[in-house]
Amino acid sequence: MKIVHHPDSATLVSYAAGNLDEGFATLVAAHIASCEKCQAELREIERVGGALLDTVDAAPMSPAALERTLSRLDSVIVDERPAPKVNGSRRPDFPVPLARLLEGGLDDIAWKTVAPGVSKHPLPVSRAARSRLTMLKIAPGTKVPDHGHGGMELTLVIKGSYCDEFGRFGPGDLADLDEHVEHQPVVDSPESCICVVATEAPTRFKNVFGRILQPIVGI
Amino acid sequence: MERVARHRDREAFQCLFLQFGPRIKALMMRSGSDADMAEDLAKDVMLTLWRKADLYAPDRGTVSAWIFTIARNVRIDRLRRQSSRPYDDIADLDLESPDAGGEEVTESNQRDRLVGEALAELPPDQRRVVEMSFVQDMPQAEIASALDLPLGTVKSRMRLAYAKLRERLEIVK
Repeated sequence: MKIVHHPDSATLVSYAAGNLDEGFATLVAAHIASCEKCQAELREIERVGGALLDTVDAAPMSPAALERTLSRLDSVIVDERPAPKVNGSRRPDFPVPLARLLEGGLDDIAWKTVAPGVSKHPLPVSRAARSRLTMLKIAPGTKVPDHGHGGMELTLVIKGSYCDEFGRFGPGDLADLDEHVEHQPVVDSPESCICVVATEAPTRFKNVFGRILQPIVGI
Repeated sequence: MERVARHRDREAFQCLFLQFGPRIKALMMRSGSDADMAEDLAKDVMLTLWRKADLYAPDRGTVSAWIFTIARNVRIDRLRRQSSRPYDDIADLDLESPDAGGEEVTESNQRDRLVGEALAELPPDQRRVVEMSFVQDMPQAEIASALDLPLGTVKSRMRLAYAKLRERLEIVK
């Protein structure tokens, strides 16, 4: 299985800087967990953060700051170096950042049917998050109606695959779409396609296009 | 950094604190925190550095880059009140062996220097967008409205900046 679709480089830069909203950051992390190429690129982009930290004008700390911090060192429980993770942990069907959000496995999900062939299951995000994470399970052959997006949208395939005008998306592939894009995905795998979609919170949808998919899938 | 990780050397920690504490505080203030909170967060970052020192892999990037990632995660948790767990989940994937070869470390230092050069050479409009993102913690949409630019322009400036970085790094690949 080969990952073909990666995040836009602007998305990767925002992820490295730490300013993607939680739902989007979770999906990018889940993609990186199984994508060596993006993992390597992320490390290079994080160097930018280091270089900028070196050039920022320092803000002096209060005189007591160092003493106070030193006095707290003894109470810190030091993290042990974990055993190196082997490639077995690269599982696009169950990347760690998502697995943590699911109580059981993929088979234990209480799906809610929202349209013929389409069911969904919400994943939790922090209260302050302005993005939403929704798992979708779409039956083979189902055509999702042509739709646009009200804002940024990321889709990570977990199982099965779908096709649209941007190509074929299988496990580990990430579709990085912005508000100007309209597409009509069709599930082309013999099994259902399970994917996770990160969208901006509904209040942020700005135009009618964004509402087209909403009533159908409710995301 | 080695001395902190291997020997839990307090003097070495003190040096890192004096060198980075005020920069982390400045980073937090530029991200929208007031001075008191920023100092608190800077202390937090330094304590996390002490706690995670064993996980630092010199062949992956300089101490600055590593400290930036700790500060970034503290910023997400405490300023944004969101979760930095997704970042932690993938942080230790494929952790290299503790004794990274000297060559890898040298190469990594060289890459850092190239990244610094690439940043310095960026056209001002691209550099600005990169700084707003990394230093001021502004999402693309906020940068777009602050600069009164279409979102697509912000994205393309980021892509261009990234492409220059890649081009620079290709030389050592």
